[in-house]
Amino acid sequence: MSEVDPKDELVTHLPALRAFALSLTRNRATADDMMQDAVLKAWSNMDKFQPGTNMRAWLFTILRNNYYSSRRKLNREVADVDNAFSDTLAVKPDHDGRLQMMDFKNAFAQLADEHREALILVGASGFSYEDAAEMCGVATGTMKSRVNRARAKLTEILQLEDDEAMELTDTATMAVVGSPNLPS
Amino acid sequence: MTTENDPKQERIDRYIDQNLKKVFSDLEKDQMPDEIVDLLSVLRAQDKEMQADK
Repeated sequence: MSEVDPKDELVTHLPALRAFALSLTRNRATADDMMQDAVLKAWSNMDKFQPGTNMRAWLFTILRNNYYSSRRKLNREVADVDNAFSDTLAVKPDHDGRLQMMDFKNAFAQLADEHREALILVGASGFSYEDAAEMCGVATGTMKSRVNRARAKLTEILQLEDDEAMELTDTATMAVVGSPNLPS
Repeated sequence: MTTENDPKQERIDRYIDQNLKKVFSDLEKDQMPDEIVDLLSVLRAQDKEMQADK
């Protein structure tokens, strides 16, 4: 069996890495800067990557460390947001579905960095709590707590505890998320 | 406060995760910026040069 060149494998993770960068920074220019730094760093340190381990996790970790490190250097507590995240929607669902999705994105964009990051890693990217915790340099319990708090905050913002609201969002959401292309 | 086994909470969590996956999937479809494509070309060219020099 032929082994895949790690640099070829890196390229296959770039769409997910960019999605992570956009979700984290919510700014297209910052996300692209972070991507360039991460790709350059990963490429030049490929000998440090251990074959058989999770390259996507490794790349995400490089990118997030770069991001928080540059935020600290700039002494910038508040991210420079340009709505790159909430404006992006490649597939246009029906009107109601689109409005519901915009509501969801706007609510998601309101979460604290650490909560947004936790949900992206565990809820969207499918990393285990253990892997996500390692990537963020925190205990597994802390990661679980962040995911729970993030979900609770979204529930509050979107008023999902309200049965009627939930029924409405369910109908619209299924129109949006019922795509066969979605990762399971 | 709801518990992990609360069916309503499970439904809400499922709704949130489905939306997250949809949002993430949409972001993955965003076109790769030219800067990244160009950077990859430069890195690959550098690798080839280094291999040729060996």
